[in-house]
Amino acid sequence: MSTRRAAYEARQRRRANLLAGASTLVVLGLLVLLVPLAPGWAAVKSSFFDGEIFARTFPDLARAFLINIAIFAWSVPLIMVLGLAIALARGARAPVLFPMRIFGAIYVDLFRGIPVVLLVYLVGFGIPGLGLPRPWNSPYIWGTVALVLTYSAYVAEVLRSGIESIHASQRNAAICLGLSERDTMRYVILPQAIRRVVPANMNMLVALQKDVALLSFIGPVEILRQAGIFKSLLANFTPYVVAAVIFLCVTVPATRYADYLMNRDRDART
Amino acid sequence: MKTILTATILTLTATGAFAASHCAAGKTLTDGTLTIATGNPAYYPWVIDDAPEAGQGFEAAVAYALAEEMGFAAENVTWVRTSFDEAIQPGAKDFDLNMQQFSITADRDRVVDFSAPYYTAPQAVMTTVEAVEGGATPTMDSLKGMKWGVVASTTALPVVMEKIQPDQSPLVYDDNANITAAMQAGQIDAALFDLPTALFTAAVLMDNGVVLGQFDPSAAESPDQFGALMLEGSALKPCVDEALAALTDSGKLAAIEAEWLQDAVGVPLIK
Repeated sequence: MSTRRAAYEARQRRRANLLAGASTLVVLGLLVLLVPLAPGWAAVKSSFFDGEIFARTFPDLARAFLINIAIFAWSVPLIMVLGLAIALARGARAPVLFPMRIFGAIYVDLFRGIPVVLLVYLVGFGIPGLGLPRPWNSPYIWGTVALVLTYSAYVAEVLRSGIESIHASQRNAAICLGLSERDTMRYVILPQAIRRVVPANMNMLVALQKDVALLSFIGPVEILRQAGIFKSLLANFTPYVVAAVIFLCVTVPATRYADYLMNRDRDART
Repeated sequence: MKTILTATILTLTATGAFAASHCAAGKTLTDGTLTIATGNPAYYPWVIDDAPEAGQGFEAAVAYALAEEMGFAAENVTWVRTSFDEAIQPGAKDFDLNMQQFSITADRDRVVDFSAPYYTAPQAVMTTVEAVEGGATPTMDSLKGMKWGVVASTTALPVVMEKIQPDQSPLVYDDNANITAAMQAGQIDAALFDLPTALFTAAVLMDNGVVLGQFDPSAAESPDQFGALMLEGSALKPCVDEALAALTDSGKLAAIEAEWLQDAVGVPLIK
């Protein structure tokens, strides 16, 4: 059944795969052979890749990672809701709503411009320092607030770019059909805009998953802190490698999924 | 050959200061100089005013006494600063000795070398005036009910978890300043430090800090002992240990401790 062209293409593909495989093997082989030849390899190996410490600290670190997941899980809905609200505020068209546009712009400038770590410190220690009673001064609450403030500013910008990417003709068409401004946004613009920025928001979530670890600065013993505790008790950096592996187990599938969504979106549009 | 020659000449020309011991000759990073690392910043009462060169403060004074015992004149001591992580990272070090209240533990000893201990630190509990007014007492029962905070790079966390076994899990921070912030924000009631650090933090960093009590170090199974940290397999270790032993025997170490770490008395023991 196959044409001469198909046979040729199959040959070319096999050749390309073979070459790619061979060059990958050579690079890996060189890494495996050469890195251990470095004079400090034995020391680096025992302080970063100690198998016994890896096994000893893995269960505790995996347990600590549950805290990261919990913080992540309750932050995401808050970020999405607030991010959407800010994006809509920035996009408000009515002249009376101008203060909202200003507010949205200042909010985004402010919280996107401050490093997350600073915000975690400022909000995490500062607001409880005003004299809130327990449990309302918990670092979990105010650390989450810091994350939500930062990430909602990012998400607001992503959503706004999505809203602006919807062609003006859509809005005009909706108005012609007699939809109100509100309904146009609700039923015409947002469904398309949100779908269009899903991949960008997935990247935000991957970044958020890693930034949850910053809450360790104000007390919670999540995975990064737990790894730091082991590091100082064992004078060995292997626990950090364990933490990195655990992070990768979550972030790699998440980024692959974002890539998949992005490709699907691109294919659908071409 | 050249180094030996230089060392010999140095030994011959230097008088007095170099006469004490030749043990360390040729074993330091720079011949004729002892490079000592401390924290950044270095805290009272270990180093006064963050200026170890002045020899003021317990660890600074011990460092200069050690150097003298090992045959280095005061002007041949150089100071560098390292973090805890830099001290334990693999590879070459930029110090001969690192003194910043490193507790000697078996696990750490596998990766780096420690000198013999130069100080046995009683662990002490710092809390706030408000907590004491609220009924906190230096008893185990009272300590159990408190919300604890500790510094991650210290050995305090295992002590809290094993000895005190608090009802709520402790919060963990990077340094003393963050503990202070958390305590002032009411997020923690109590923190565990070595006694001198607790006294300093309560008196200087906190507005309402108070040292509630100390654990009797002689009653501890493995008391917290500070040692100078060196590269694993350091050739200098026997010299440092020998010098420390000499300082202990001559009573000089005790004298330095009495001079800089005196106000330890008067803090109640925890029952």
